[in-house]
Amino acid sequence: MSRTALGMPGLRPGSGNLFAEEKFPSAARRELGNSQLRRNLKHATSTIRTKRLNVTGELPDWEELRDAGSALKTSVMARLPELLEAFEANVTARGGTVHWARDADEANRIIHELVKAEGVDEVVKVKSMATQEIGMNEYLEEHGIAAYETDLAELIVQLDHDKPSHILVPAIHKNRTEVRDIFLKEMPGVDPHLTDEPRRLAMAARAHLRAKFLTAKVAISGANFGIADSGTLSVVESEGNGRMCLTLPETLITVMGIEKLLPTFSDLEVFLQLLPRSSTGERMNPYTSLWTGVTEGDGPSTFHVILLDNGRTNALADEMGRSALHCIRCSACINVCPVYERTGGHAYGSTYPGPIGAILSPLMTGVEAEENGSLPYASSLCGACYDACPVKINIPDILVHLRGKDVDAHRGGLPSQLDVGLKAASWALSDGRRLGAVEKLLPLGRAAAGKDKKIKKLPGIAAGWTQSRDIPAPPSQSFRDWWAKEHKES
Amino acid sequence: MSTREHILAAVRTALQDAPAVPDIPRTYRQDGNLNAEERIDVLVDRLEDYKAGVTVVDEAAIPATIQGLLAGARSYVVPAGLDPAWLAWETEPSRVKYDGGGHGARSVTELDATDAVVTSSAVTVAESGTIILDGSPDQGRRAISLIPDHHICVVHSRDITQILPEALRRLDGTRPLTMISGPSATSDIELERVEGVHGPRRLDVIITKQSGKLPAS
Amino acid sequence: MKIALFATCIVDGMYPRAAQATVAVLERLGHEVVFPKGQACCGQMHVNSGYFKEAVPVVANHVRAFESEDYDVAVAPSGSCVASVKHQHPMVARRAGDAGLEERATAVGKKTYELSELLVDVLGVTDPAGQLGSYFPHTVTYHPSCHGMRLLKLGDRQAGLLRGVEGLELLDLPEADQCCGFGGTFSVKNADVSSAMLADKTANIRSTGASVCAGGDYSCLMHIGGGLSRQESGVATLHLAEILASTEAEPVAVPGPAGQTVKVVVK
Repeated sequence: MSRTALGMPGLRPGSGNLFAEEKFPSAARRELGNSQLRRNLKHATSTIRTKRLNVTGELPDWEELRDAGSALKTSVMARLPELLEAFEANVTARGGTVHWARDADEANRIIHELVKAEGVDEVVKVKSMATQEIGMNEYLEEHGIAAYETDLAELIVQLDHDKPSHILVPAIHKNRTEVRDIFLKEMPGVDPHLTDEPRRLAMAARAHLRAKFLTAKVAISGANFGIADSGTLSVVESEGNGRMCLTLPETLITVMGIEKLLPTFSDLEVFLQLLPRSSTGERMNPYTSLWTGVTEGDGPSTFHVILLDNGRTNALADEMGRSALHCIRCSACINVCPVYERTGGHAYGSTYPGPIGAILSPLMTGVEAEENGSLPYASSLCGACYDACPVKINIPDILVHLRGKDVDAHRGGLPSQLDVGLKAASWALSDGRRLGAVEKLLPLGRAAAGKDKKIKKLPGIAAGWTQSRDIPAPPSQSFRDWWAKEHKES
Repeated sequence: MSTREHILAAVRTALQDAPAVPDIPRTYRQDGNLNAEERIDVLVDRLEDYKAGVTVVDEAAIPATIQGLLAGARSYVVPAGLDPAWLAWETEPSRVKYDGGGHGARSVTELDATDAVVTSSAVTVAESGTIILDGSPDQGRRAISLIPDHHICVVHSRDITQILPEALRRLDGTRPLTMISGPSATSDIELERVEGVHGPRRLDVIITKQSGKLPAS
Repeated sequence: MKIALFATCIVDGMYPRAAQATVAVLERLGHEVVFPKGQACCGQMHVNSGYFKEAVPVVANHVRAFESEDYDVAVAPSGSCVASVKHQHPMVARRAGDAGLEERATAVGKKTYELSELLVDVLGVTDPAGQLGSYFPHTVTYHPSCHGMRLLKLGDRQAGLLRGVEGLELLDLPEADQCCGFGGTFSVKNADVSSAMLADKTANIRSTGASVCAGGDYSCLMHIGGGLSRQESGVATLHLAEILASTEAEPVAVPGPAGQTVKVVVK
């Protein structure tokens, strides 16, 4: 990855890794040039698409579960203040401590203080989008604390000094041979005869992390769900690294976005069916852990949960966009997205790539932040994401809504070619007579097409079209004119 | 204003349009429609799909089955509340490490040096092949079913539901719960599933055949 | 039945033969076709590019045009334009705070059908060869456009109609459900990604060996055809309406990707 050579991008205090630092089209162009990446992505996303369709198709009530999931999340957003207060009260009553963090920096400072108080300089980590979002590992490293990623893919990315490129499978951009090479280069004590067989690679990770699990005093996790009426938290995982982190250390620190709440324990009956099938395409993920505060004699004796805003209330304030917060981070939209499949996750800049990232990042930061205004355009609006979303987030509509915000944010400045073109088009296309008059110019285009009746090169932004496509010579008359001649009597 | 108040105020401000709280359409299945034998068949299919070992036996055959599965184990841990009859065959008591109750908690190091663990289970979902442990005395604390590399888990047919909603209704959500669907696995490399990572690499499930229906839920 | 034709701007200006074919098919079934003169465009290019303000007059014009004519149902030979009329028009009016326009747009949208939807669901066309005399002795592969497939849920309607055309051999398109990469201004704003998607689509089309790629949306077909033309593939693009209108007595000429007639091997 070209990104690797540049190293980790610097953190922005306050908001962490939610930014496209470069406009999507140019980042995409660079990533498109990596043919190995495209092969890896194509292979991985098509594999998981098939698996997902198989396991969602076998449930007779899949659509009903999606409807319930969507309504539940709508309900959670509408009731968020009371649910947050109930969750806090219940965690506290069960022996946990609740912290609140407005932004990445505040969350990182709280985590650092808590780790420092335990007197350790290393922690083990469960894969978590929230801690990626706030750039926790980098923050802790700057403060002399090593955070060890224990999920296999996160471990691969961390060892490679790379960035995750996918919500579910952060190393999806690497194939097995690349993973083997990273392990050989970066994993202390690794078998030099390691092959690229996925089983061998997984076993190498097991051996590498075993001692860390058994000795770690502090673990840090995210949460898939928080139950308001009991204070229960849940982590959904596959490898057992989550169970290790949630069970063995003395202290557990969980970072959870404020939107992750569900009203009651029984609501898990919906989401624990929706999530694994949409995510890994399995009927159920190997391990799901649920814990409530502290349980005497079982698991950590100290438990902290940090409730993170970091732009979520910005998204919540957008009536059209707030349903983006319904996201359960399954990555189904990413796996079906034709744009993601070709560019990979790094092109999006933010921790959240793909269709959901293209709406979530600008909703959380505002479209005017950095290059996040370019993200909503990273879609052909094909709608595959909306079809796949287990909680029915209408991603295409929100993309279009955010494009509107972006366009409005730039009104009054120097008009772009597209501004001029679309304004002129609005004039011509809002009146049949005007359009008819413009169509009288079609023969000009016909002349421009020349002998082979193709237009092969256009100027300005339209050059983007003719880089790979011709335009046929226009017809000698429009339909409108044909109709008028055919129906002279009317 | 504290951070807490700041955030709650921001949430309230964001919601000043007072969005409606929708009714939740609970039209998805709340109860299964398979009988006990069918539930076992589905469960076996799912567990085998996950590459778990599965044996379906009469209740009376539990001890012998456990004995067979533990044949190669130098030691194994069991929760203090496990039915002692299941281990009545054991002739080498030094192999057995009780955990919890009057026995105290085994250290992580000791658990790591133990080959296997035997537990019962709280409830199991056939359709997704999900065994749920809730920390009851016959299942023990979470660490014991995590660290040893071989988990032998007994599932009583009376505790098998067809679908998840039925199972959750039988659980206390505030207990530490572990839902297990096959041995640990990863699909992180090219989306190819590999069974056996950090959790037990071998999962053997003993399902008891037992007439008698699930209590109506 | 009196049917109002919404030609759509791209067909009106660039591919009039698709609208002519739509008229021919409907008249052949014994229906009267009218063309509301004030019509221009559905405005989805503006909406999809975020120019909601500029979309308002376009939407208002469409609503006005289709209110000014008396008809039973309206039809357009385009899934995405119909989806825009049904779905985006009320939304544009709502965002502009124009409740009156929203209500009127909703009413127009309710009466508007995509061509295959009208033919199959309303007019009962189950056998194009028998009912329309459709005849097209060529190998055809079919690209189901995203908006027809996902927003309008057209399902098998278009492919089903193609299968009922005499002489037509329908060849399965690999990864048919994948977007061709057009996406309106996406194709110029994200030209590289769009081109990469198009390259895969055209490769799949060419892998079928079909001489024609058919579809129900000339915006996608312009994009796909533009790629096939640039690659000098010899594969033509044709609208479903043109194929349905083709008869043994008056077969439709199979155009080359750039409009010229190409040699097609007739079986």
